[in-house]
Amino acid sequence: MSLKSTLRAATALTLITAGSAFADAHSATITIATVNNGDMIRMQGYTDTFTEQTGIAVEWVTLEENVLRQRVTTDITTNGGQFDIMTIGMYETPIWGANDWLVPLNDLSAEYDVDDILPAMRNGLSHDGTLYAAPFYGESSMVMYRTDLMEAAGLEMPTAPTWQFIREAAAAMDDPANEVNGICLRGKAGWGEGGAFITVTGNSFGARWFDEEWNAQFDQPEWADALNFYVNLMNDYGPEGYATNGFNENLSLFNQGKCGMWIDATVAASFVTGADSTVADSVGFALAPNAEGVEKRANWLWAWALAIPAGTQQEAEAKQFIEWATSKDYIELVAANEGWANVPPGARASLYETPEYLEVPFAQMTLDSINAADPTDPTVDPVPYVGIQFVAIPEFAGMATEVSQEFSAAYAGQQTVEEALAKAQAITNEVMEAAGYR
Amino acid sequence: MARSVTPRRKLINTTIAWAIGLLIFFPILWTILTSFKTEAQAIAAPPIFLGFEWTLENYRVVLERSDYARFLWNSIIIAGLSTLIGVAIAVPAAWSMAFVPSKRTKDILLWMLSTKMLPAVGVLYPIYLIFIELGLLDSRAGLVVVLMLINLPIIVWMLYTYFKEIPGEILEAARMDGATLPQELLYVLTPMAIPGIASTMLLNFILAWNEAFWTLNLTAVNAAPLTAFIASYSSPEGLFFAKLSAASTMAIAPILILGWFSQKQLVRGLTFGAVK
Repeated sequence: MSLKSTLRAATALTLITAGSAFADAHSATITIATVNNGDMIRMQGYTDTFTEQTGIAVEWVTLEENVLRQRVTTDITTNGGQFDIMTIGMYETPIWGANDWLVPLNDLSAEYDVDDILPAMRNGLSHDGTLYAAPFYGESSMVMYRTDLMEAAGLEMPTAPTWQFIREAAAAMDDPANEVNGICLRGKAGWGEGGAFITVTGNSFGARWFDEEWNAQFDQPEWADALNFYVNLMNDYGPEGYATNGFNENLSLFNQGKCGMWIDATVAASFVTGADSTVADSVGFALAPNAEGVEKRANWLWAWALAIPAGTQQEAEAKQFIEWATSKDYIELVAANEGWANVPPGARASLYETPEYLEVPFAQMTLDSINAADPTDPTVDPVPYVGIQFVAIPEFAGMATEVSQEFSAAYAGQQTVEEALAKAQAITNEVMEAAGYR
Repeated sequence: MARSVTPRRKLINTTIAWAIGLLIFFPILWTILTSFKTEAQAIAAPPIFLGFEWTLENYRVVLERSDYARFLWNSIIIAGLSTLIGVAIAVPAAWSMAFVPSKRTKDILLWMLSTKMLPAVGVLYPIYLIFIELGLLDSRAGLVVVLMLINLPIIVWMLYTYFKEIPGEILEAARMDGATLPQELLYVLTPMAIPGIASTMLLNFILAWNEAFWTLNLTAVNAAPLTAFIASYSSPEGLFFAKLSAASTMAIAPILILGWFSQKQLVRGLTFGAVK
């Protein structure tokens, strides 16, 4: 090849490269970090619709929940700028918002109708009255039970059962000969797994993590009552190895007809009544229980929400996406293509005013459960923190994971309830002291 | 004198070896089988071993949802380049330690290995900040460097062990024949240590292929390898085990095939010395 033709080829290549770079610079692409669950995956399938409407391309980074937490925390605290939108929960949002790590969502368009977001969700995703993340879907927890087994046992599930009734029903439905456990509950270590469940159970027995001076309260009788009740209930009527069961393990057991009752996230309702469930036609729902005489119920509040990290170069485009993905129009788009049972639940009040959606068997109970949860007043006695199944302080995740490990050891019979509570008390006080709360 | 092995003894040994082999391989076999089940069959209790209707649906869904080719290409580039560069650095290092040892050689070897004792998460933030400064986040170049560095101690140690078995006289003879240092390394040492170098490269390729801490934490879209591909199918809320198994099978298939074809070389390199 002559020098002349080499130069020509090089010039052409440079022009083509420069041209494509120019084109790239004018077609925005946003990167979204998200979790792998049914609603999020469904949203990814509709991304093309958003791109067609706005010309904004979307790149997805889907990760397992704990990996995502670590990944986005690293990125946001170092101002790494890898993501334009992050999927985060109710625990992170107020803490990150307080640190100015998130872009406030206080200028959403009028058509978006921010007032339509359920108050519980708005409060949980705000800091000092400013919304920092828009809920994509929200959930509480409730009782899911087998209506056929309940009927055979001659019992009727009240809309708002007590723990005492739950124990009675578990005893009546427990049928080891047919591999049916009276009740399935989370016992797996982890602040978001068994830790979340035992915290709300504690709330429903009148327990709390801290008093108003941030002193740990695991040495109080309410915690002993809650933990002893849980361990006895599960030892008597729960599945073998429940200390390592989390959401998925219990979902698997329930779908195979091996649980009379399961108390867990409202989002599970669509799974247990879905195509993969062998008991889909005989599932009923009730509010999460409380101990007799205690006003607080064992239901939590959680949302997976979309937030914009401060420092993104694509703030306007990211806001456009959030408005689209958490809008009423998106819900209608999913309903039109996949049916009302598959729309993201628990975020917008208008969804629960839609007659078609109210025909979905678990719709009303989900709303009632969400409305029954108040993160600003989670316990019987006053507390200095916000959050129902968590305490919205940065130290909580590590501390609660340790505490839940001690509880799981008690479930597995490796130590007594009293020993687990004593260790929880020591761990919690030590962390709070080191962090300067007390 | 060689000990004679009776047919009975041979049969017992073979049976035990197969049983252990199958036990070790069972999780992979189970993953592969699960990838051909429906989600309901994947969680059935008691588990279904073979008596299920085989389906390719999970692979269809995974291929539709993810850009498998991009993840695969990133894995090949990252694992391949980090191994090649690592070996290029480790050969002269191991040569000097094996043939021109100093008083501190043993200490240096131990110090190199000690870098593997620090949990990776302990240096996540410094590395992340350096990557931000250098613009290396979500780049294949950045991951190549990191994986090369974290595997380098193992490469040097393995090569050092092989080189130690090569008689120094052979290299001396080459020098007397007028070979320069690069010629000595390239034309005398390397050919003699080929089985060792090949098995070292293969082992490090596998280590780099499977590395899941740095590859998940330093990538987003452009440089994400197959470990990120698998992670995207893991879900704490929802039963997607069949799809996760399909993604895992697709991620391990290339390395399994590579291992299958090169097992002779790998076993030879790991069990024999350089001059045996």
